[in-house]
Amino acid sequence: MSAKDALGRQGEQLAAEHLARSGLKILDRNWRCPEGELDIVAADGRALVICEVKTRSDTRYGTPLEAISARKHARLRRLAIRWVVAHAVLYDEIRIDVVAVLRTGPGEFSIDHVRGVG
Amino acid sequence: MALARAHAMALVGVQGHLVEIEADIENGLVALLLVGLPDTALREARDRIRSAIVNSGESWPQRRITVGLSPASLPKRGSGFDLGIAVAIMSAAGAVPAGRLAGMVFLGELGLDGRVRPVPGVLPAAAAAAAAGFGAIAVPPENAGEAALVPGLRVLSAPTLGALLAWLRGGKAAGPGTGPAGPAAEAAVVAEVGHEDLVTGGRATGHGGPGAIAGGGAAGSSGAGPGAMAPGPGGERDLADVIGQPAARRAAEICAAGGHHLLLLGPPGVGKTMLAERLPTILPRLDLAMALEVTAIHSVAATLPAGQPLLGQPPFCAPHHTATKAAIVGGGNGVIRPGAASLAHMGVLFLDEAPEFARDVLDALRQPLESGQVVIARSGLTAAFPARFTLVLAANPCPCARSAAAGQACICTPMARRRYLARLSGPLLDRVDVKVELLPVSRAELLSDRQLAEPSSVVAARVAEARQRAARRLRGTRWRLNAEVPGAELRRSLRPAPGALAPLERALDLGEISARGVDRIVRMSWTLADLAGRDRPGTDEIGYALGLWLGVAL
Repeated sequence: MSAKDALGRQGEQLAAEHLARSGLKILDRNWRCPEGELDIVAADGRALVICEVKTRSDTRYGTPLEAISARKHARLRRLAIRWVVAHAVLYDEIRIDVVAVLRTGPGEFSIDHVRGVG
Repeated sequence: MALARAHAMALVGVQGHLVEIEADIENGLVALLLVGLPDTALREARDRIRSAIVNSGESWPQRRITVGLSPASLPKRGSGFDLGIAVAIMSAAGAVPAGRLAGMVFLGELGLDGRVRPVPGVLPAAAAAAAAGFGAIAVPPENAGEAALVPGLRVLSAPTLGALLAWLRGGKAAGPGTGPAGPAAEAAVVAEVGHEDLVTGGRATGHGGPGAIAGGGAAGSSGAGPGAMAPGPGGERDLADVIGQPAARRAAEICAAGGHHLLLLGPPGVGKTMLAERLPTILPRLDLAMALEVTAIHSVAATLPAGQPLLGQPPFCAPHHTATKAAIVGGGNGVIRPGAASLAHMGVLFLDEAPEFARDVLDALRQPLESGQVVIARSGLTAAFPARFTLVLAANPCPCARSAAAGQACICTPMARRRYLARLSGPLLDRVDVKVELLPVSRAELLSDRQLAEPSSVVAARVAEARQRAARRLRGTRWRLNAEVPGAELRRSLRPAPGALAPLERALDLGEISARGVDRIVRMSWTLADLAGRDRPGTDEIGYALGLWLGVAL
C-alpha cells in the first residue's frame, strides 16, 4: 500500500471515529459500486448521511475541503441514490457531509466535519 | 451560519451611492459567490480578495461564502469594493468584531499581497458617506488626502488589509459621533507592516507619504491658506508674452471676466495657442466650494496629481483634435468617465485646430455649452457630470494657412476655404460669444506693443474686480458669471440702458444675429460694463459686444 493510500485509510478511520463520537451511527464503509465508492454511510436520526472523507498531509495542493468540487458533489448524490436502492431503506432526508482530515504534525490530525454540503 | 455587513460606495457620475456588502458564510462546497451586478473587474475581486486575505496572515473560511452587493439593481464597477468585501468576509468569519464595521465605509482595491491600492473617485465617495451619516471612512493612503477634504469624517488611511484588520480588532470604535468635529484628518499609519499597531492621529508621524498627504488635505479643507492649493499648470506663463495682439488680449480679458466663449482665428504663429494657454493665468483662483467640485471630477477621472488633494487653479484642458466624442463629453465602456469638457469644469476647454475635430465631436459640445452639464445615459443608470467651462476655439483661416497679409498668397480654392471653416457648425458658432481675428504682426508692431502688454497679474486684478461686480449684482441667485444668466432673467431684471438695444434690434431684423445671439450679446455687454465700472451697459457696450460677436466674417 502506497503512502498516500495509507494516509487515506488512516484519515477514514479517524473520520469514522469522529462521526461516531458526534452521535452518528455508521452504517457502511467503503461501499463500492460500478460508479464509484462511498467512504462512509451513516445515519443521523432520520437523515441518511453520505460522508466523503478527504485527507491531506499538507495544504500545498489546497485544503481538503477545496478538493470537493461541484462534480464530485454531483457524483456523491448519484452514489447516494444507488446505496439507498441497493439497501432498500427509507430516510426522511439524504445529506452529504464532508470530513476534512489534515495532518498537522507527526501523528497529529485536525478534523473538520462540514454538514450538509450544497 | 454567519452573516456580516460592511459598506462601500459606488459612483454614478460624480455622485456616490451607498452600497451594502453582505457576506454570508454557510455550509457547502468551498466557493466565493458574488451577486449584485458586478462587472468584470469586480468579479475578479474573488481571486484578489482570497489572496489578499491569505497573504495578510488570515485564514480563508473553508465554507461556501456568498457576498451580496445591494442595491442589486445598481451596476457596480471597478475594484473599489475589494476592501469592503474582504472586511465583511473576515467579520462573517468572526475574525473581526461585527460591531466595529458599523458607521464605517471601506474603499480600496486589494493587491494580492494584501496592500491597499488607490482607487478613483474617493472624494465624491467620502462626501456621500458623510452625507449618509457615516462617521468614518477607510481609504488607501494615496487617497487619504482627498477623503480628508470632507469635513466631519474620520479618515483612516489603511496601507494594508492586515493593518486595517488589526485596527478593527484593537482600535477605538469608529461609529458616527465619535469622530472629532471639523475637518481634522486622522491618518492610521502602520508603523511597521506586520506589526499589529495602527497609530491614529492627524500628525504625520514620520512614516512618509500617507500622513503627509492627509495633513495637507486637512489644511486645504479648513481653508487655512491658499498654500494648500498647489499652482496649476502654466504657473510661469504670462499674458504679456502675447505681444502684438492687443485686441486678442482684450478679448481674452472679456471672456475671463464674464465666462464667455472665444474663437481665435488666424494664421499659424500669431499667438492663438499662446493666448489660450495664458487664459487660466487671468482667471481668479477657485473658491473652496468650486475647488471641491472640480476636484471631485478629477478624482473620478483619476487625473488628480499625486500629493495634491485639492485643485485650486481653474483647470486647463486641451484635447488633441483626434479625440473621440467619449473623450470630449465623457462616456466609455463600463465605467462612465468624465470627458475633457468636464475636466475643464470651472476652467478652460481649449480646442486647438478646431476645424480638424470630427464634426460630431464638436456638436456634442452644444449640450454642455447650453446647460453646463453632460448627461450620459446607459442601461440601468444615468450619470451627470458638471461641465461649465470657457470654450476657446482656435482655427486657421483655411487649410493652407498662408496669410495674404504676410505676403504669401493663399493656395486654397474658394470651396476648400468654405468647407474648412464650415466644419465649425452654425449652431456651435452661435454659442461662441467672442470671435476675434489675429493678424500677423510686423516687427515694429511687436516692439511697440512690448511696452503696452500688461502682465497677467494686472489683467487678473481687473477680471477679479469685474467678477465681483457681477457677483454683487447676481447675489441671491445661483449664477455667478454674466454668461450663466438665463435669457429670461436678462430681459426681466437686467436690462441695458434705454435705447441701447437699437443696434441689436436692427441686426436681428437683418438676420445677422439670432435671438440667442441677442441674449449672448447683452450678457457680454454686462461684462464690458463690469470691466469699465459702469452700473449698466449703454450704447457703447452693446456696440462693442456686437462687434465682438460678429467678429470675423466666416
